[in-house]
Amino acid sequence: MNLVLKNYRREAVLFVFLVAALVVVGMISPSFISLKTLDAIWHDSVLLLILALVQMPIIISRGIDLSVAANLALTGMLVALLSKSNPSLPVLVLLLAGIGIGAILGAINALLITVLELPPIVATLGTMSVYRGMTYVVSGGQWVNSQDFPAALLEFPNARLLGLTHLEWLSLLALFLAWLMWHQSRFGREIRALGNNPSAARYVGVLEQPRLALLYTIAGAVAGFVSVLWVARYAIASTELAIGFELQVVAACVLGGVSIAGGVGTVYGTALGSLFLVLLYNALPVIKISPFWQTAIVGVAILVAVIVNQSAGKRVGKKILREVSP
Amino acid sequence: MSESKVAPRAPFKLSSLLLRWELILVPLLALVMFVNGTRSEFFWDPFNLGDATFNFSEKGIMAIAMALLILTREIDLSVSSIIALASLVMGLAAQNGAETPVLVLLALLTGTLAGFFNGFLVIRFAVPSIAITLGTMSLYRGISQAILGDQALTKYPESLANLGQGYLLEPIPYSFVTFLGLALLVGLVLHRTRWGRQLYAIGTNPEAAKFSGILVDRYRLILFTLSGTFAGLAAAFLTSRISSTRPNIALGWELDVITMVVLGGIGIAGGTGSMLGVVLAVLLLGMISFGLALMNVPGIVAGIFIGGLLIGAIALPPLFKKILRIAKR
Repeated sequence: MNLVLKNYRREAVLFVFLVAALVVVGMISPSFISLKTLDAIWHDSVLLLILALVQMPIIISRGIDLSVAANLALTGMLVALLSKSNPSLPVLVLLLAGIGIGAILGAINALLITVLELPPIVATLGTMSVYRGMTYVVSGGQWVNSQDFPAALLEFPNARLLGLTHLEWLSLLALFLAWLMWHQSRFGREIRALGNNPSAARYVGVLEQPRLALLYTIAGAVAGFVSVLWVARYAIASTELAIGFELQVVAACVLGGVSIAGGVGTVYGTALGSLFLVLLYNALPVIKISPFWQTAIVGVAILVAVIVNQSAGKRVGKKILREVSP
Repeated sequence: MSESKVAPRAPFKLSSLLLRWELILVPLLALVMFVNGTRSEFFWDPFNLGDATFNFSEKGIMAIAMALLILTREIDLSVSSIIALASLVMGLAAQNGAETPVLVLLALLTGTLAGFFNGFLVIRFAVPSIAITLGTMSLYRGISQAILGDQALTKYPESLANLGQGYLLEPIPYSFVTFLGLALLVGLVLHRTRWGRQLYAIGTNPEAAKFSGILVDRYRLILFTLSGTFAGLAAAFLTSRISSTRPNIALGWELDVITMVVLGGIGIAGGTGSMLGVVLAVLLLGMISFGLALMNVPGIVAGIFIGGLLIGAIALPPLFKKILRIAKR
């Protein structure tokens, strides 16, 4: 138990914060604490959560993917156009198309970062502009509206199975897969090793390029998958789709205790960070704070999280080996 | 015979001169100007060229300070939000009857304070600046949104308009002259003084710089504050140019500014690049955007060219060097 607390201090602190925030909001407006609201917040947080769960390992590896929102827009638009011209395509095919297109866009990032050796922030800053511009080119600046989508696609994210919406089930699946991938697999440990100390990782035989290539391609595929859900949920595909969302994804990770310097971060923290952000967005109108304050409050939350995590990291940072009692 | 001495500088080599980044940007700029000239017969008109500078001078001013930050391995994502904050202060003061000189001073002061706050947080808590300025980017923009809501401030004294729309000497606008003047000044400090050398030392190896007695944190604080001041100045020009303050003013500009700096040859790993390169990149990007606008290409599609240029510019030179090395064997 002690060990759990020690290893997951950040997550524990964030969890307490999350519960405290819920309690405060509940005291101001008791109707907020209901299964219905919690269900809505959960449902609302899923797309952010899934994207944050792949941004997390990228930040752990000392990288960043700024192109995720642009990938969302381009893939979402292409899938929307595909669905518009072939209304009979089943949802599963559209999801697979999204994954495929997203993976290609992710692989382009991977190519730039690993073969041409561009710093991830430069490569994804560039592809962010390019993908966003391509969205305009493929759509001619036109929107794809709700009447252009098949009903099955529009219903898919919100439909319920055993009481939970499809999105909520998908978030559970994503959490499980992320836990498996980033906490239990060799690949996850290697990514962490690269983030902790790239040259040490290289000396023990972890090859940086293939690992990062796979990582960015996976991130692209996941963004493509989410783009189909996004288009279905909001029933629109436009050039402006998810504009600026990459910063929210990074913010969810940072709030969740993922260190921007690399090497540190967990699935649990990232999940709590995403939930916290969405709770904040949903709670402000309820506690009679103008939604216009949202951006400023998120800014303060990020600053507090970053500073608290940094000073928490300092105290334990020096100890390298576990103490063995004599 | 003199004993072994360290040469004052590297021996002159023609190949290293020809492969200098600035010398790649010059023909690119010439090419873009030439293509623009073939697109419109009015392009080479001096008044047209002068007016073309309005659209990039504000970003250029911010790029000067951003170049120093990236050179020392830092980054400031909050610059466009500082514009929003400074423009808000200008707007509120103008509503209460403040005159133009007061408005400009307030913009500079707001920017300086916001930049100082960034620098203070970065050095006090030893947090990567990308994380701190991601937070203040949200905070500064958020304050502007919270106070303005969905409103816009448009009541400005008439004399303010001259700053961002006027010419020092027709057809050369004040904003362009300011950009060039600041670039020259900062460039001289960077390339001709001990302070400049120390910035390169910090960018090359912050730890080593610290142990050789350079006050690294003091430089960081100064650079973040300078970045804020320059953003405040850009806010004064921009607010004057469009005569209004909206919460989404200059939204996303930080990425344009970073693109200018990186395209200008300032290495993201720190310690390399020159101010001349940054100035050339500002002109190049400005002229590309202007030329695409002449051809009625929407801004968002222009992003494809600019993003592609950013990637190509960074990826190609190392690739050429690799090919040259293989060819020599």
